[in-house]
Amino acid sequence: MTNPAPAALRSKEAELRAAFWDQVATFPNGFKIRDCIQCGTCTGSCPVAHAMDITPREIVALFRAGFLEDILRSRSIWICASCYACTVRCPQGIRVTDSVYALKRLASAKGIFPRSFPAHALSEAFVGNIHSFGRNWELWFGLKYYLSTNPVGLLSPNIQKFALRMLKRKRLGLKPARIHGMKEVRAIIKKAQSMGGL
Amino acid sequence: MEYAYYPGCSLEATGRPYDVSLRLVFQRLGIGLKEIEDWNCCGATSYISMNKLTAYSLTARNLAYAERMGLDVCAPCSSCFTILSKVNRHMRWGEEHKAQINEVLAAANLSYSAGLEVLHPLGILVDFYGIERIQERVICRLDGLKVAPYYGCQIVRPQGRFDDREDPQQLDNLFNALGAEVVPFPVKVRCCGGMLMTSYEEVALKLNRDILSAAQFAGADVIITTCPLCQINLEAYQERINKVHGTEFRIPVVYFTQLLGLALGLSPEELKLDEMVVPLPSVDRRQSEVHA
Repeated sequence: MTNPAPAALRSKEAELRAAFWDQVATFPNGFKIRDCIQCGTCTGSCPVAHAMDITPREIVALFRAGFLEDILRSRSIWICASCYACTVRCPQGIRVTDSVYALKRLASAKGIFPRSFPAHALSEAFVGNIHSFGRNWELWFGLKYYLSTNPVGLLSPNIQKFALRMLKRKRLGLKPARIHGMKEVRAIIKKAQSMGGL
Repeated sequence: MEYAYYPGCSLEATGRPYDVSLRLVFQRLGIGLKEIEDWNCCGATSYISMNKLTAYSLTARNLAYAERMGLDVCAPCSSCFTILSKVNRHMRWGEEHKAQINEVLAAANLSYSAGLEVLHPLGILVDFYGIERIQERVICRLDGLKVAPYYGCQIVRPQGRFDDREDPQQLDNLFNALGAEVVPFPVKVRCCGGMLMTSYEEVALKLNRDILSAAQFAGADVIITTCPLCQINLEAYQERINKVHGTEFRIPVVYFTQLLGLALGLSPEELKLDEMVVPLPSVDRRQSEVHA
């Protein structure tokens, strides 16, 4: 191993680290993250790095230094918009975006989130929609997201104007598009969850 | 040519003009599209942020249904395209991964062999149908229209199945062939921020401002997109961008299938161009001359 874990890790950090390596094993070339040369191509290619508290390159550096919990607590992993610019440019072939997804899953499973930044609420509202309807009913998704993160925001004229504009152009579905195969969807979710893993 | 059609959730509502124009264009060119029966959401970037096996298995349900139809899949939304492709690749990565997903699918009496191809309509039109054959069907050339080709991020990356990840040419070549003037557009594969417009508006507004600025600088009459999320971010939030950044953008942002439809002689109303937030004046005029 090119980057052995720091010698004295707190037990929580060691546990998180083991869970992260499990996740890395779920996609091709996941372990190439060990080959990071800290060149910063990922950060330089990232269109949202300016808004992150820890840049993509720093995520790898902090992981090596034994600060995985701090990474999970950062806003950075939830700011990643999955554009894959880092992934296709990394000279070491590291699957950066997939690694960030792995970090998001770890954060979700362990309930470790950035303070006062509810980015994971968006994923939760989206997933909740699929569990209820099988599809993403955009109107309900938006409502649920705002209700859970910023209920006062619903009163803002920007949001209302946006909704009205879409409504006028018949581009906002007022009815949920519930699929017929909800039984299948529930069976798949139940089975997948019973098999464990993040 | 016939494909199993996976519209995706956005195309049922905010991206309806994409759905309508895509179906009409394919129909006019004689490419068959059969909607996958009772498809479910692909989970986009959200479900794989929560649980991967559940996310992939739910996506695979759609592929299992497509396989019953015996048709390769056409997925117009960039996010759906990427997720469906990701699941396909994951299941081909190794027998154990395929078996794991199939073990989950078996709970719903389904299975998928990972034998289908997942394709984006732009790839189908340019790589399989062919620009020359499309040219033969052109009724109303787009002469003089300055077009900024915006590919966004997820169809060109990460699978590398389009011609270039940094400077793709499919939209450029297609619209040049239709008579339009495709302007130099260095931000063609920059990210629009996707769902950040909901979770972190300030960041997404800036990303979209940069893309609109580049289009304005290039003198574009219109931006064409291949993705419902890019379209809504660039168009429906334009007024908000103007307010926050003190800009005065009024740039139409339409689906590439809408503009292609105009060239094929379909009317702006049929193509739902009247449902856009920023109207497309120059082409409306050209059309009325043709129809007059």
